Amino acid sequence: MAKMLMINADKCTGCHNCELACSMSHEGMFRPDATRVHVFTWEVEGFSVPMMCQHCRDAPCITVCTPAALTRDPDTGWVNLDEDKCIGCKMCVQACPFGNAIWDEKLAKVLKCDNCGGDPACAKFCPTEAIVWVDDLVATRTRKRGFAEKFKQAFSE
Amino acid sequence: MHGWIGKILRVDLSTGKITTEALDPVMARDYIGARGLGTKFMTDEVDPKVDPLSPQNKLIFVPGPLTGTYAPSGGRYNVVTKGALTGAIAAANSGGTWGAEFKFAGYDALIVEGASAKPVYLWIKDAAVELRDAEAIWGKNILDTSDAIRAETDDDAKIACIGKAGENLVLFAAIMNDLHRAAGRSGVGAVMGSKKLKAVAVVGTNGVTTANNAAFEKIVLQARDKIQKHPVGGTGLRLYGTDVLTNILNQIGGYPVKNFQDGYFPTADKLGGETLAKTLLKRPKACFSCIISCGRVTKVTNKKYAGEGEGPEYESSWGFGGDCLIDNLDAVTKANYICNENGMDTITMAATIACAMELYEMGLITKEETGGIAIEWGSAEVMVELTRLTAMGEGFGKKLAMGSYRLAASYGHPELSMSVKKQEIPAYDSRAVQGIGLNFATANCGAAHVRGYTIAPEVLGTPMKVDKDAVDGKPALVILFQNLTAALDSTGGCLFTTFGIGAPEYAGMLSALTGVEYTEAAFMNCGERIWNMERQFNLAAGLTAKDDALPPRLTEEPLKTGASKGSVSRVPEMLPVYYDLRGWDANGVPTPAKLAALGLAQ
Repeated sequence: MAKMLMINADKCTGCHNCELACSMSHEGMFRPDATRVHVFTWEVEGFSVPMMCQHCRDAPCITVCTPAALTRDPDTGWVNLDEDKCIGCKMCVQACPFGNAIWDEKLAKVLKCDNCGGDPACAKFCPTEAIVWVDDLVATRTRKRGFAEKFKQAFSE
Repeated sequence: MHGWIGKILRVDLSTGKITTEALDPVMARDYIGARGLGTKFMTDEVDPKVDPLSPQNKLIFVPGPLTGTYAPSGGRYNVVTKGALTGAIAAANSGGTWGAEFKFAGYDALIVEGASAKPVYLWIKDAAVELRDAEAIWGKNILDTSDAIRAETDDDAKIACIGKAGENLVLFAAIMNDLHRAAGRSGVGAVMGSKKLKAVAVVGTNGVTTANNAAFEKIVLQARDKIQKHPVGGTGLRLYGTDVLTNILNQIGGYPVKNFQDGYFPTADKLGGETLAKTLLKRPKACFSCIISCGRVTKVTNKKYAGEGEGPEYESSWGFGGDCLIDNLDAVTKANYICNENGMDTITMAATIACAMELYEMGLITKEETGGIAIEWGSAEVMVELTRLTAMGEGFGKKLAMGSYRLAASYGHPELSMSVKKQEIPAYDSRAVQGIGLNFATANCGAAHVRGYTIAPEVLGTPMKVDKDAVDGKPALVILFQNLTAALDSTGGCLFTTFGIGAPEYAGMLSALTGVEYTEAAFMNCGERIWNMERQFNLAAGLTAKDDALPPRLTEEPLKTGASKGSVSRVPEMLPVYYDLRGWDANGVPTPAKLAALGLAQ
């Protein structure tokens, strides 16, 4: 069974620990600008949403990557970035519909989630389970059950 | 340097000159950051006798070494200055994301000096720093100011700013950041207003490094685990916020009512965190790198008090609530919103209204003065209206803007101000809990619960249970908590993490982060050094042992009802012991031997 990062935005408190853990594990420093996950907060509503690469099945970034730096791993299903092959053309940044392929001028490279090789730091440091690393089937089942419960509340009384 | 950036930003508003300088590593080691480092700059650069609202005062924004890292709940900064309300050293502590963003811009401190002739704001994008005209923004509230500055700078800019209260020099004006977070106490917002500095907007794209990544991660994960397993740090604060304290304090008879005329409020539960969670709460919110998330995102739909924002915290809920004999949570929350939207300290605002209610009851404040408003106990509408008038600088609000001490003194009754060093006492009755009273009396910034929160052992039983009514051993307990807090505040950490961790974890995190070896003893020693430095500043400013006193009501009038009925505060007994244990003489002056031992100049 494959695993995926599941985002539970309703649980996100906007603490940014995921960004700090991500930049530390990838770049060896705390630098939210150098992370593969970003949290957006609406200050008035106090609502936050973490965003990172979704490892699309039909990935636009792979389609436009001329040097084939971006490829799909057939075993894990992840979209992997080979930094040695990357020419820094930023076509993936243009193509990603979610803005999850990031160009960092200071590091002069593309930043994209690699699931930390199977033990994502963002999920490990998330204090509220807003980001969890779970079996993909479990992830969708859990969410489905949550919405099913709302139907139950609406119709069972 | 690791943990620290190694650079200080200095802005002279009188000349417009902007410079940077290196951070002295020895100073960083001994004063850590935030509250400690800011107070060190004040001590070295500012005459303690200056008028707080004069250009000679400085306004210093300082994150700590932990700020910007994933140390649990370690994203805070302090605003250090001579307080407008108190005339004493002020270190107002705030969370949100501003402190971390400022650090990512590449600085350990922002020292603002002088005063501008016309309204300006400071725009910092990494190394690019400029003063910009704020004429068009002057007069705007916190939300509109933040929106307007983002439109002129960057959508993601983090904003620390003042509202109308700071502009009008309300003596308890706060500096607000990220809309809802406040460097709240002592009137730091009035100092900012006196300098005609509307805001500091910042975008930071740099990083913070550690001396040992693996060691830092290990100790941070251990510290997080301890906090998350703690019933208060891990569970209580997220579920119910700080307002969970309402019922707890009320049950022990330590919930001040009617300007501290009593210590028990029969309907307090209507204001408590449990009620808040069931009614107005939308979701918990965290500050930068926080794992606790005590912040309350709330919405009031009741048309009379409609609004949305954050709060109330326990102290705000109590102040606008029980202290004014009000149990209407919608109204209390509305008053909190008004304070947030216009930048005012909720504790002083609320306690000043409670004091005005007593003065009105005595016939000293009259309807002629108030524009027809009957300032009666329990009137929620009046309480909200007085808060609004103060924020807007209108009518009787102009008088309330002085705070309770100057208000009560103007009617010949300064003793009716429930304050120490002119700063209002928060939501814990010193008659019901002996140690906290001694902390209020001796806190260098004026009465404050967050300087030595002995409520933890005396009421909550953590990290150990202590008899709340005992006085034996309390001076030593208060000193321990005050020193620990002074050191902790200086790291950029949050006091609430002490529901889970303490000096060993902080010393460990600092060592792994900075590469400077802090033993537990060295860390506590920094706290004692900072406390004594603050004391020296105050003494030089003209404060004396007479200012280490609670209002006579708390030492002379026993509580009438509730579980602590019959008690008075025994601070006068404890104070000489406290001085002695501090290594101070009978007048509360640190001895030369003590100062020398701490490496402080005389």
